[in-house]
Amino acid sequence: MTDWPILSAVTFLPLVGVVLLLFMQGDTAHGRRNVLNISLGVTVATFILSLFIWIGFDKANPGFQMVEKHNWLNTGISYHLGVDGISMLFVILTTFLMPFCVLASWEAVEKRIKEYMIAFLLLEVVMVGVFVSLDVVLFYVFFEATLIPMFVIIGVWGGKDRVYASYKFFLYTLLGSVLMMLAIMAMYWQAGTTDITELLKFGFPAGMQTWLWLACFAAFAVKMPMWPVHTWLPDAHVQAPTAGSVILAGVMLKLGGYGFIRFSLSMFPLASEHFAPFVFTLSVLAIIYTSLVAMMQEDIKKLIAYSSVAHMGYVTMGIFAANAQGLQGAIFQMLSHGIVSGALFLCVGVVYDRLHTREIAAYGGLVNNMPKYAVAFMIFTMANVGLPGTSGFIGEFLTIVGIFRVNTWVALFAATGVILSASYALWLYRRVIFGALEKDSLKGLLDLSSREKLILYPLVALTIFFGVYPAPVFDVTTASVDLLINNYSAALQAAQKLALAVH
Amino acid sequence: MIYKAIVFLPLIGFLIAGLFGRSIGAKASEYVTSGLMVIAAVLSWIVFFNVALAHGEGHEVIRVSVLRWIQVGGLDLDWAFRVDTLTAIMFVVVNTVSTLVHIYSIGYMHHDPHRPRFFAYLSLFTFAMLMLITSDNLAQMFFGWEGVGLASYLLIGFWFKKPSASAAAMKAFIVNRVGDFGFVLGISGVFVLFGSINFETIFASAATYLPAEGAADAHNAVINLFGMQLDKAHAITGVCLLLFMGAMGKSAQFLLHTWLPDAMEGPTPVSALIHAATMVTAGVFLVARMSPIFELSPDALTFVTLIGAITAFFAATVGLVQNDIKRVIAYSTCSQLGYMFVALGVGAYGAAVFHLFTHAFFKALLFLGAGSVIHAVDGEQDMRYMGGLRKHIPYTFWAMTIGTLALTGVGIPGTMIGFAGFFSKDVIIESAYASHSILSGFAYTLLVVAALFTSFYSWRLAFLTFFGKPRASHEVMHHVHESPMVMLFPLAVLTVGAVLAGVLFEGRFFGEEYQEFWKGALFTSEHNEILHEFHHVPVLVSWSPFIAMVLGFVTAWFMYIKSPETPKRLAEQHRVLYQFLLNKWYFDELYDFLFVRSAKALGRFLWKKGDVAVIDTYGPNGIAARVVDITRGVVRLQSGYLYHYAFAMLIGIAALVTWMMLGSSF
Repeated sequence: MTDWPILSAVTFLPLVGVVLLLFMQGDTAHGRRNVLNISLGVTVATFILSLFIWIGFDKANPGFQMVEKHNWLNTGISYHLGVDGISMLFVILTTFLMPFCVLASWEAVEKRIKEYMIAFLLLEVVMVGVFVSLDVVLFYVFFEATLIPMFVIIGVWGGKDRVYASYKFFLYTLLGSVLMMLAIMAMYWQAGTTDITELLKFGFPAGMQTWLWLACFAAFAVKMPMWPVHTWLPDAHVQAPTAGSVILAGVMLKLGGYGFIRFSLSMFPLASEHFAPFVFTLSVLAIIYTSLVAMMQEDIKKLIAYSSVAHMGYVTMGIFAANAQGLQGAIFQMLSHGIVSGALFLCVGVVYDRLHTREIAAYGGLVNNMPKYAVAFMIFTMANVGLPGTSGFIGEFLTIVGIFRVNTWVALFAATGVILSASYALWLYRRVIFGALEKDSLKGLLDLSSREKLILYPLVALTIFFGVYPAPVFDVTTASVDLLINNYSAALQAAQKLALAVH
Repeated sequence: MIYKAIVFLPLIGFLIAGLFGRSIGAKASEYVTSGLMVIAAVLSWIVFFNVALAHGEGHEVIRVSVLRWIQVGGLDLDWAFRVDTLTAIMFVVVNTVSTLVHIYSIGYMHHDPHRPRFFAYLSLFTFAMLMLITSDNLAQMFFGWEGVGLASYLLIGFWFKKPSASAAAMKAFIVNRVGDFGFVLGISGVFVLFGSINFETIFASAATYLPAEGAADAHNAVINLFGMQLDKAHAITGVCLLLFMGAMGKSAQFLLHTWLPDAMEGPTPVSALIHAATMVTAGVFLVARMSPIFELSPDALTFVTLIGAITAFFAATVGLVQNDIKRVIAYSTCSQLGYMFVALGVGAYGAAVFHLFTHAFFKALLFLGAGSVIHAVDGEQDMRYMGGLRKHIPYTFWAMTIGTLALTGVGIPGTMIGFAGFFSKDVIIESAYASHSILSGFAYTLLVVAALFTSFYSWRLAFLTFFGKPRASHEVMHHVHESPMVMLFPLAVLTVGAVLAGVLFEGRFFGEEYQEFWKGALFTSEHNEILHEFHHVPVLVSWSPFIAMVLGFVTAWFMYIKSPETPKRLAEQHRVLYQFLLNKWYFDELYDFLFVRSAKALGRFLWKKGDVAVIDTYGPNGIAARVVDITRGVVRLQSGYLYHYAFAMLIGIAALVTWMMLGSSF
């Protein structure tokens, strides 16, 4: 297993699909069929292949595994891949969500299906690339490259304000990227290497950590997104096609959280500790502020987008709580949110495909003629609310416990999310699903088709499975997270000793 | 094995009726779910006899592990069952009432097209409730806690076409969540103080938790709770209060009670099961279960007493004037839960659980009886359009009467003659009087007054419904009919419970056999002498509930039988008071103004002013405008932004690589 480059294989397998698609004609009905089949086949194959990463993964080893390293141009930069307990499951999440995106676009995307699928497959390559990179430059290239396919997907296949949305998306992220590039240069300057495994051990001087932390923070906070740099997300979601929203919420937001864990917390522990109150403040603001805003939305997708921002508030809070509960909770929350919010956007896609509107007011009483849809939507709503027994609970609960150990005020404010999330989610559900079926436009709607069942039911099963039995996830993450926390506290203690010695 | 069977049989019923209800049909769903419940109920009684009523040693806590759940850091949680006397009692209460409600619903929901869904929800509720009472740690309890909340939400909103039902369902869930907000923080607090949220560990370390008097570290701060540096004694108070907030939400205590009356929008069997006998008592169960840590905090117990006493009184006053038959009983439930909390607050945990036990029987009886009445008069719930039904529905009448006798606590003080409520309510009132709590007198007074009100509104309900001249339309009266056997049978069983539950079990729950019965499932500290002291209250005190009960009965009889015009005249004379009570002290209006409207206004403000007007205007749009200006003025590129970006990135990477190459050659 070790000499076989499985990570590269998983990362670049979608490129095979891209090459095949380039020879296809997407315009005819027959060609369209081929395009879809190839895309589905490639994404499913990638997913199955990625499962071998999970199977071959050594849970007891906290370090990087399945490492591949090749020098590149003799520059000090290397093509260096590997996964540890923190990144491995994000790779699986990405490859897992991709086939659903293809299925969700089966009928919804009418024009230029070939280019659309190519964009998605490229997106998969770079997203997986981010999680497996062990070289900062490689990481940066992948991290930035995720923007281009997404930008295209929103800008070409989006709704009517797609240009504004993709533009906003681009502007926000540009600022962060520029600063991160400066940080990477500075890190190289200081440490003399771009190898992440080396950088993790390096130990940057305290004063420099502050600046590096701030620069990285800008990039990751925008991706996350944290309040107040979150306003691109609702627009991007609203305009993006369903599959675009799924990837945006399911995977791209996690790039920020992953970055916080891999870089900010691991490499700059002193600065992380110093800035933790600042992050907590923003997280709490995100939870309360965006939950309230979510409540008043008139557009279903926007509501779910705002709720994503609130949920990411728990993630940032958990990460910088920097204890086992907080960090594991944050990782679990990201994985769970990947499934649940992805599923919620797919649910919106189901009715959008039928009625071509996302206005909440246009719906009502769908339970009457779409009972199966109502059940699926209910389960995801409850997972979004964090009901125990669904995957949404575990992360929320652990992050609250984790932060309570650090700062009870933050826990108090964060826990109001328990009330607020119930308010916006149930109110949405009531307005869309409950009530009598009175609007004429809704009377002809059919319940889930078999394709839609194929999309939603596995996600329902996973949502409940991981709520009841999250152990497979924790088994993978525990060793690496414990190592990270040990290093973190060791760094803090060393700094304290140093400070004492100086005085 | 038997424990797993009890807990999982309802889950199996839920899955069968929920997943295959459409294909197997309504009849099959009803029989499958009810049949599984019957088995679970029989097993529960067996457990009750084996665990609670067995004598001798060797019957300590039984722990059954099912599955790993969350193992993170020091937090080590399993799905597991913890069975002791307290659990065994709850098994009997939950499964008996649930089985009877399942059977009753076969008749009551006869005409409803969504019966499989209804029975699936009922079984789901039962499963969640069983998970709650068997929980081995606080997180699993929270699972059951939220699970019953979900089932309650689904069942209140069962008739989803009624906007009022959907609204009530949502309100119930959200108000409960306000309590859960405290509960989650309480769980976190327990974890910080004890390093674990498993009951076994908490209870073991609770015994030695408080430092000895005068110990050096007695006043060292152990936690910073919301800005307060708290030593061990105060920290435990804080944590208990947070946990109690959860109990207040679930048990509809004063300030968080507003959801319970609205929950009556659900079908009546649901009200009997969830909003009378079982779910709403979860808060009482929580405090009883956590008695080892509540015993450590006299301040928290005082607060519990305060809230309990106020609720008992407040809900009884509102119950006096309601016209909807179900709402009267709902406020009565709220009030009786207040009694239980007073008992908990004064340390009489056994008395609280005893009242929980007897209350489950007679309150379920009253609700199912009310359902039978509503069934008879074609869905009418307003008592002003009932009256004179005694002759038409005799079985229901007698069942309701026995329920009323039990609720009002009819019995002869000093003897063992009386209905179920007589025993449990009287020990609570006497305990309140006998306790050393600073609120002892306050609680005692409010409880006696509430007993008077209870008697009044209960008999008012009976008189308005069954006596006097019929006030329903001629057509309705023509169709009035007694309910079918399938509905009367559960009433009969509950009637037996309402008569006998008190006299049979008083000695065990809160008397001579206390120790043998509980086997340490309820913890009382060595200073807690309430079990002995409540016997030695003055004679007048032990007769006071009886006097209150008689007074209430006579007043009701006078106002609704002897001179029926009195209530109207009184209402007009005391218009303000009447409106105040009729509108439930205006809590709904107050909360609507304080929380609902202001949250909506704030949400809109943050969205329109915060996100759109400030962040977007000065953020991306502002930058965009500048960028557009610049690009217009300087470079007139025709390309889209994508190319700008790709170009910028390419240049960036090129610069980076170049620099690296140069860097490495130094």
